[in-house]
Amino acid sequence: MKKLTRRTILAATPAALALGGLSLAARPACAAKQYGPGVTDDEIKIGNTGPFSGPASSYNAVPKSQVAYWKMVNDEGGINGRKVNFISYDDGYTPPKTVEMVRKLVEQDNVLLIASPLGTPTNSAIWHYMNQKKVPQLFVATGATKWDDPKGHPWTIGWQPNYQSEGRIYAAYILKEKPDAKIGVLYQNDDFGKDYLKGLTDGLADKASQMLAVKASYETTDPTIDSQIVDMKAAGCDVLFNTAIPKFAAQAIKKAAEIAWTPLHILSSIGSSVGATLKPAGLDNSRGLISDFYLKDPTDPKWKDDAGFKEWVAFMDKYLPGADKSDGGYVAGYSLAGTTAQVLKQCGDELTRENIMKQAANLHDFTVPMLLPGITINTSLTDFAPIKQVQMARFDGERWQLFGPLLTGAVG
Amino acid sequence: MTAPREDIALVAAAGRASSEQRAAWLSTRHLVLAGAIAVAAVLPLVLQGFVVFQLTQVMIYGLAILGLNLLTGFNGQFSVGHGAFYGLGAYVTAILMQHYSIAYYWTLPAAGGICFIVGFLFGLPALRLQGLYLALVTFAAAVALPQLLKFHGLENWTGGVQGIVVDQPEPPAFLPIGTDQWLYYFTLAVVLIMFAAANSLVKSRTGRAIMAIRDHPIAATAMGINQPLYKTLTFGVSALYTGVAGALGALAVQFVAPDSFSLFLSIYFLVGLILGGIGSLPGCLFGGLFVLYVPNIAAEVSRGLAGAIYGVIMLLVIFVMPSGAAGFTRLAVAQLSRLRNRDLRR
Repeated sequence: MKKLTRRTILAATPAALALGGLSLAARPACAAKQYGPGVTDDEIKIGNTGPFSGPASSYNAVPKSQVAYWKMVNDEGGINGRKVNFISYDDGYTPPKTVEMVRKLVEQDNVLLIASPLGTPTNSAIWHYMNQKKVPQLFVATGATKWDDPKGHPWTIGWQPNYQSEGRIYAAYILKEKPDAKIGVLYQNDDFGKDYLKGLTDGLADKASQMLAVKASYETTDPTIDSQIVDMKAAGCDVLFNTAIPKFAAQAIKKAAEIAWTPLHILSSIGSSVGATLKPAGLDNSRGLISDFYLKDPTDPKWKDDAGFKEWVAFMDKYLPGADKSDGGYVAGYSLAGTTAQVLKQCGDELTRENIMKQAANLHDFTVPMLLPGITINTSLTDFAPIKQVQMARFDGERWQLFGPLLTGAVG
Repeated sequence: MTAPREDIALVAAAGRASSEQRAAWLSTRHLVLAGAIAVAAVLPLVLQGFVVFQLTQVMIYGLAILGLNLLTGFNGQFSVGHGAFYGLGAYVTAILMQHYSIAYYWTLPAAGGICFIVGFLFGLPALRLQGLYLALVTFAAAVALPQLLKFHGLENWTGGVQGIVVDQPEPPAFLPIGTDQWLYYFTLAVVLIMFAAANSLVKSRTGRAIMAIRDHPIAATAMGINQPLYKTLTFGVSALYTGVAGALGALAVQFVAPDSFSLFLSIYFLVGLILGGIGSLPGCLFGGLFVLYVPNIAAEVSRGLAGAIYGVIMLLVIFVMPSGAAGFTRLAVAQLSRLRNRDLRR
């Protein structure tokens, strides 16, 4: 008995130790660790394209701040112990170059996913390729509505509030503030202008035909939109829904002031920049304008003591010293990369392309530092529009003042 | 500027060589050509899909530059707007394929034909404009095209800013190759046919007339060459080549949008033409290589300074090869044969 016990113990101990050790080592290796292309035990490869040169190079703050963000992540130890190798190529905002560069990222650099490529035409060019190849096209940096199509394009997901949902938000606001309004809509005759118009029409529902008095479009090639504004006044409109790009938005504000027309003037987020639209239009003429926001305005002193804003400033000072902090592109890129980082964290050790999309569609009440307080990112297998909330703001002659509750334009 | 003179001297020296030697040299040239085609045919079987796609684009840009070369290099007319013909060809293919369900291979002649007509008509005002003035007019075409494509009257066809997604040409079922490889071979075949045609054109009586107009318009007229006809026809043929290249480009990228055909495209063609060699057919392919790869190389060296580095590379290439890649190769070959002759004489 004694002998037996002793012998058993002696024999069993190393065996048990070995078994225990084995099972400890084996668990991550075969039970949970699953890697797609571009992933190893200490690296995750991510691809990106952006306009570092070319006509839209003023947007380069968006990819630049993403590059800087991943540098910060790596300095802090990476994601679940893996460094992120973020490869960002210049596409000059030309679709053929985007196709070439994205194919290089996917086929030669072997990236796990493409994160936040910038631009509507550029993303359109790779849309089918990504879905055919089943490579995640994560959180694209464009506001077109078509990216929210989980059924037709399950490998592409949007990020910012899309133009249609913005249109719905304004519709709800108008219905509440001026239920008997006669609305004049000024929109650019292309996909984004029509997105806004559709959102507004859908939001007004059965009152649309009665309330939409004038629908005036313009071409980017038009010299002015003065006559459209005059027509709206003549038709007796008391709401102006202005979805124009900065140049034309400014003309509209100026012309309305000139002919002493004072409607409830709603300016879409496309044209709400103080520097690009309101200053040229005259800050006095701009008083009382209504618009909406989802990110913190880095020039607004009200965020001075805000924890999220301080985090962003610390990031900017350390990783992008000398960059212009009033450029909203740095806020957007920082927030986009933060969302991608969350998806990687949620994936744990199962870093496959399938799981990336699964986790991208599994964000619940997630937030990044520069989103307005209270705005959260939510996705599901049937909802590929991560940010849906915005807050209204009124221009007080100097800056946009946020007011009212958070609004959402999503249906249902 | 010593290079061309030296070139002439060398050619003269080569001319003195015996006819036997010349025949041998000719056959070497054919061997090189056959070898190049063989290599081009094997490449897609050994390279990965993405590189095959890049090489397809090189050939397409080379073809577009060939179109420009016929006009500028051989006929002496300037165009800073060939990107417009490229875009037109691409849109013709995209519209025919997506709106009228026409098979992709039939869209090439259509794109070429339409570009020929537009180019021919464009050549009419060109008769009254010379040199820089003509360059300005073509420049206007390149500036106007993206905006015309966005114009809402044409939107049902062009898709406006959203552009048109083009279906990828599928390889015939009996061939065991991928879509990238198929597109490469298809492009290779088209490019070979078009280069061969351009070669015959340049060497024909018509080609000599075209070049005579470039070299001495008055003398050409005195010899009975119908200048207006030849000039407009050359403009049309040039647009045809670039248009077919655009059509192939639409198939390769599978997407057309106004932003794809900005003014920069025309400038890149011009750069490719000058660096490849004005008046040289194979030089166009070098131009295509330059247009596609050099921006990538520049961006790899430094993203912030990509534009500056691109400029430096361009300057270096011009310093090393003042008469383009074609002139450089000609010189190198002549130099080599001179060395060999000297060795033989010893």
